[in-house]
Amino acid sequence: MTLNQGAAARPWVDRILAINGWLVFAFLYLPILVVIVFSFSASPNVGIWGGFSLHWYDRMFGNEQLMNALRNSLWVAAWSTVISTVLGTAAALAIDRYRRWLGRGVFDAVLYLPVIIPDVTMAVMLLMWFTQVNITLGRLSIILAHIAFNISFVAIVVRARLANMDPAMEEAAADLYASRWQAFRRITLPLIMPGVLGGGLLALTLSLDDVVITSLVQGPGSATLPVYVFGLIKRSVTPEINAVSTLMLAASIILVLASLAFQRRGERSG
Amino acid sequence: MTILDEREGSRETAVNPKLERRARRRDAWRGFFHAAPAFLYLTLFFTLPLIIVFVFSFASRGRTGRPLLEAWNIDSWTRLFEPLVRTIAVRSFWLAVLNTALCLLVGYPFAYWIATRRKQATRNILLVAVLIPFWSNFLVRTYAWRMLLDSDGYITQFGEMTGLWGRLLFTVPAVFLGLLYGYLPFMVLPLYAAIERLDWSLVEAGRDLYASGAAAFRRITLPLSRPGIIAGSILVFIPSLGAYVTPDILGGAKTTLLGNYIVTQFGAARNWPFGSSISGAILIVMLAVTVFYFRSGGRTL
Amino acid sequence: MKRILILVAAVALVAAACGDSTDETTTTAAAGATTAAPGTTAEPGTTAPPATEPPPAGPQALADACEAGQTDGDLNLYNWTEYLPYGAAAEDGEVDDLKEAFEAEYGVNLVITEYESNEAMLAQIDAGVPYDLVVPSDYMVTVMKNAGLLLKLNKAAVPNMANIDPAFSNPPYDAGNEFSAPYQWGTTGIGFSYDVIDDADGISWGVIFDPAMNADYAGQISLLDDERETMGAALKYLGYSLNTTNEDEVNEAADLIAATKANLAAFISAGFEDLLVQGETVVAQGWNGDFLGAYDAASTDDYDAYEEFGYAVPIEGGAAWVDTMAIPATAEHPCSALAFINFMLDAENGATLTNYTYYASPNLASQEFIWEEILEDPSIYPPAEMLQDGSLEFFSDLGDFTNMYSDAYARAKS
Repeated sequence: MTLNQGAAARPWVDRILAINGWLVFAFLYLPILVVIVFSFSASPNVGIWGGFSLHWYDRMFGNEQLMNALRNSLWVAAWSTVISTVLGTAAALAIDRYRRWLGRGVFDAVLYLPVIIPDVTMAVMLLMWFTQVNITLGRLSIILAHIAFNISFVAIVVRARLANMDPAMEEAAADLYASRWQAFRRITLPLIMPGVLGGGLLALTLSLDDVVITSLVQGPGSATLPVYVFGLIKRSVTPEINAVSTLMLAASIILVLASLAFQRRGERSG
Repeated sequence: MTILDEREGSRETAVNPKLERRARRRDAWRGFFHAAPAFLYLTLFFTLPLIIVFVFSFASRGRTGRPLLEAWNIDSWTRLFEPLVRTIAVRSFWLAVLNTALCLLVGYPFAYWIATRRKQATRNILLVAVLIPFWSNFLVRTYAWRMLLDSDGYITQFGEMTGLWGRLLFTVPAVFLGLLYGYLPFMVLPLYAAIERLDWSLVEAGRDLYASGAAAFRRITLPLSRPGIIAGSILVFIPSLGAYVTPDILGGAKTTLLGNYIVTQFGAARNWPFGSSISGAILIVMLAVTVFYFRSGGRTL
Repeated sequence: MKRILILVAAVALVAAACGDSTDETTTTAAAGATTAAPGTTAEPGTTAPPATEPPPAGPQALADACEAGQTDGDLNLYNWTEYLPYGAAAEDGEVDDLKEAFEAEYGVNLVITEYESNEAMLAQIDAGVPYDLVVPSDYMVTVMKNAGLLLKLNKAAVPNMANIDPAFSNPPYDAGNEFSAPYQWGTTGIGFSYDVIDDADGISWGVIFDPAMNADYAGQISLLDDERETMGAALKYLGYSLNTTNEDEVNEAADLIAATKANLAAFISAGFEDLLVQGETVVAQGWNGDFLGAYDAASTDDYDAYEEFGYAVPIEGGAAWVDTMAIPATAEHPCSALAFINFMLDAENGATLTNYTYYASPNLASQEFIWEEILEDPSIYPPAEMLQDGSLEFFSDLGDFTNMYSDAYARAKS
């Protein structure tokens, strides 16, 4: 889709925007830089530089509890992101594409509730609910809880993309292509893709960061990384946590680069 | 947008009423079908559990926190009108308003800049680059800010040297810096999604029509990106209404916010009924505001 | 058109029916919850679980049948974060790996899950998550046993109960240690820099609360952010009990905190020791083990942080706390839990724990194996008489009065 051709503002405006953009990026990455640098510090006290050392990485890989939490986190984040992105996108389409159907108004309202409700309240109510309906607390219950709050976030971002988008294009496509599915895949999906991507990224971020809800719906041995880190920080902030964060950053950057390369190849062959 | 409304209207009158009715029925069916999985899911894992919260809010405090379901009362709801609760709610409200304004101010030009890069690949990379810092860990990032802002840190020293600012850690500006950092992506993502799909020919036309770029921006670009502004504001405002971790770590926890207050009720105070009634009140008020906003302002954009 | 109408009607009907039936299940389930937790109405001080308690006959009978050293499967331990030395952390602390040792000795796996507050643990146990062993603090033991959430300890299976220091054999929160065995204990006091306070002896809470005393370092003071602990310090300074249920005294303490706010850098419960060591604060309220751990971590070959920083319980007194081991009523492997309690009460294992955490051990027999530097440090092992004369108090559960504290504290900060 090349909707963006010819979008450039006047050169001087664009220059100011670019400067602002890089400043914001500097702002976003400044604390990350600190985290990375101090993960290589020999001193056990974060904030005091104790010389270069890989000690904390060594310790991290030897920390069974932490590695287990990392595995749980990735597992939970992957499943909850995929499922909530699909459900959330469908929900956004349902509301913005189809104006009249039974329960639309109610659904519209319900969709906002998980964003509004305070974390801790949702945590308590899900804990009570899971034990009431006999869902064993563990990775499964954590995934179920994460999907429950992520659907709404995905739907809101996708709806921002869908709002006022011209349905005529899709209708034309429906005439053009044999099946509804093809029309969706060839026209609608590419059109809303930035929204879906944004929603999915937001879901992933929320899932990787949630402490409050996860700590109440976890079961024996299923703690995620943020829950573990939260407990650790309550005791003391050590560079080991910085090492984990650095590892997560490195992993996500590699993942992103890989998917971009993959996407580019797909574009070329397609 | 009147343009769009007219277009929709003209299309409706243009088609054969019989076909139109059939199309509408088909749409009704498809809409329901699309919503069904999410609807079912939220019913099972959100709406039904939510009933528990409302039931609890009418129960009385139990020793373990879990309320006693025999002595029904409305004490937890009447308690909401105590001046303490009002003070806390008003403070949290202003904090959220200011933070939303700040995020919008910083986020809009930023999202605009990303959305107007020519290549899709560049846009994607920049967008993901916004998110990457947020895949580390919220607490670790916040503690990194605490380190950056501490009295021996370069930032504070620079401010003291130039006389622009003094001590930063455990002050109000530090709180807003932290909040801006934490919630910026929530603003940028929907803004990007909305700006990226703008019909730029309209913007071009606007530039020709209005002499100045500023006027074209105000009359064309801004209104067209309004769905993104609304979605972003909702995503920032609502969570920052309950924010307390960042204010605690960077602001020194010197004031009680709604977030702390609710956590206390479910935690140390073990007063789940009161925690439930506060949450219930927030849900009702915020839902009313959101829905009202969408029905009136949002719909007719 | 008709077909679709019928379909929609059918769907609506099904939806309505589903709604009804699920509503019913919630109400019956809710009713179940009422009967499941009748212990919540029990009077404080009741030692035995109430007679109406439905199932604990099972687990309790199972626990009572356990013999010393017997196990009945893998142990699900729910503990505070980093509160047991094992893996890399044990290596770093130069102590034995207690997880490995337990698994080797008893041939069962130890599955560890960690929590960061008593209340989070309580919520999960109350909801029936089947952990076999938890580590509640003093007041939480009272709450849990009164709610019928704990099994009585089968002391026949824990011969090492004999190792417990007599000072902890009949604690106020659980008479006769009927439901709990002490794990570690410590105090809440003041950590400070010798730059501003010369002598640990005779230090007063006034260094925090009296503006005349702290004029030189106002803005470099931190208090804990915990309604009971923070209010407790103010109450102690005012000369009251930190378990007072006198509304005027609680309000007076809240006013004092509100007045002190201007002189504080922060209310902080996680990381107060780091702020002190980094020089952001010079006086801080906090827990002894946290301060000493940070002093230890900050020391290098040519820098001794113990010469720069100190810790003391003020003359007005402070809080003491005990973390204990207890078996939830929902435990599935009570024998393994009892075996673990016995394992931790062993003299050498108890010493290993203290050498790792820098908190005092309630295990008298373990003193022989605890490092001298810890045993002789008065900030870890305060003089015994402090526990007797009331200058160190345990927090106790205050029932509904707890709300007074939360609200007074919220008001002080509003």
